[in-house]
Amino acid sequence: MEDIIVCEGLNKYYSGVHALKDLSLKIKKDSVVGLIGDNGAGKSTLIKILSGAHQPDSGHIYFEGNKVKFKSTKEAMNLGIETIYQYSALIPEMSIARNIFIGREQTQYNVGSFGLMKTKTMQDDAMKALTDVELHLRSPDTPVNQLSGGERQGVVIARAMYFKSKVLILDEPTNHLSVKETNKVLKFVEGLKSQGVTSIFITHNLSHVYPIADHLCVMARGEKIADMEKKDTTIDHLTDLLVNG
Amino acid sequence: MSKNFSLRSLLVRPEVATFLMFLAIMIGFYIANERFLDARNIRIVMGITPEYIIVAIGIAILMISGEFDLSVGSVFALVPMTIVQMVHQGIPPWFAIFLGLMIGIIVGFVNGFITLRFGIPSFIATLGMLYIARSLTTVATAGFPPPFPHILPNELFVYQFELFRASLYWALLVAVVLGVMLHRSNVGNWIYATGGDQNAASSMGIKTGNVKMFCFILCGFLAGFAGMIQTFRLEAPLPSQGYLLELESIAAAVIGGVSLFGGIGTVFGAVIGAILIRFLESGIIMARIDAEWFRAGLGSLIIIAVVFNTYISRRATRIGQNKAED
Repeated sequence: MEDIIVCEGLNKYYSGVHALKDLSLKIKKDSVVGLIGDNGAGKSTLIKILSGAHQPDSGHIYFEGNKVKFKSTKEAMNLGIETIYQYSALIPEMSIARNIFIGREQTQYNVGSFGLMKTKTMQDDAMKALTDVELHLRSPDTPVNQLSGGERQGVVIARAMYFKSKVLILDEPTNHLSVKETNKVLKFVEGLKSQGVTSIFITHNLSHVYPIADHLCVMARGEKIADMEKKDTTIDHLTDLLVNG
Repeated sequence: MSKNFSLRSLLVRPEVATFLMFLAIMIGFYIANERFLDARNIRIVMGITPEYIIVAIGIAILMISGEFDLSVGSVFALVPMTIVQMVHQGIPPWFAIFLGLMIGIIVGFVNGFITLRFGIPSFIATLGMLYIARSLTTVATAGFPPPFPHILPNELFVYQFELFRASLYWALLVAVVLGVMLHRSNVGNWIYATGGDQNAASSMGIKTGNVKMFCFILCGFLAGFAGMIQTFRLEAPLPSQGYLLELESIAAAVIGGVSLFGGIGTVFGAVIGAILIRFLESGIIMARIDAEWFRAGLGSLIIIAVVFNTYISRRATRIGQNKAED
């Protein structure tokens, strides 16, 4: 299988702190990659760089074989790399349909990049996007703050699917979720593989990502300390790496 | 169940609650004095209300985007004062109006620039502007309020028709255009997203700084435009015009269901909020209650509205949490 993302020698400093040290990583197409590490291991720095929110101080990123340099999250999103943050990716007071289309509204009567939203089309498409990830909700007009945590992650994943993301970066998607809600989210992520979406699943909770991951990557102190296929490792070995670095 | 739910979701809309409050106040004062709803009284109240509606809409949209503007009352005086003084200096009326409205836009821009560039609360940035713009207005009067130059086309903005003034139609035009912008356009979606959760909005690629800047400028422009209408109606530019209007327009927006924390509110709510305040004032006078009670009434209304809206939004959130526990 080919690699969809290749990172070579990424370094990032934050006011003198070496947050990411010479990190290289290959991510196979249509796989689920578990990126694990304790707090402060450099996971967030890595995904901020991959999602275009921050720029590396040195090193290269290749996406589908081409060298890329993202100046903004929008640029990464346009190429099909979508990042799902723990909580911040949805606006609680806004409806599901409006949330799905934030920043990418379907419009008519456009003047430049401004126009009137095609409300009906957006509602219908939102429902369809939800059904595609097996999420069955009553109405696209329901405000997101009336959904459970797992359902919210489902909406975010549906949004990424709708916009044909190729890579989905999930930052601690199961944090603060009940066991039942966590299982829901894991099911969403597992379903992505068959639809041709690569996922990078960031967590410090090994037991969440282990069952669904194909590949695992462990980070500590800004460095990659392990990088292997699931079949070449065990949960005990990974736990040992996490705890003892 | 589903029908039940839609009725409930309608009732939890804050602007619907405002509208019910509005009806209650109208009926209450009508019972106190039948002449409250006479054509004559409606003509008087609706003659002055449009100016407040326009300012309230600007404030509401800015608050939905997550910011404040305390300088609207001062801009409300500065813009017409500048227009009048420019006409006295021999500048053609329409050009003077254009330049005057530009001042509203510039003040809005400066408010936005200071707030966003230096990352300080807009409350502080615009509090400073409140004093600066008021001071400039007083300086521009050059010590004595100038006479109103009658070559200004004020009839176009304030002509008294049978029941309503032209200014009401201008206010309605503003409400419709900005209502469509806020509730139907993609820009409106960005405004709600920015005020609802700025981090989430920017992670979805929305340029939240630009969105807020647009709202600041819009608010400054509308405050100036409304102030111009008031001067055109009174045919006298007063340096004290719009005193305490900043708080009253925030009150109108809040009574109309706009959240102090951004992300929630409607243009319709702000319009009803502004009208409600003016009828409250008139109703208290008509009911032969000491006019000083107006502020107490307004104060109570603000508190009731916010308490009610907070209760409603907690209920709505609880629906979600209960579901999560199911």
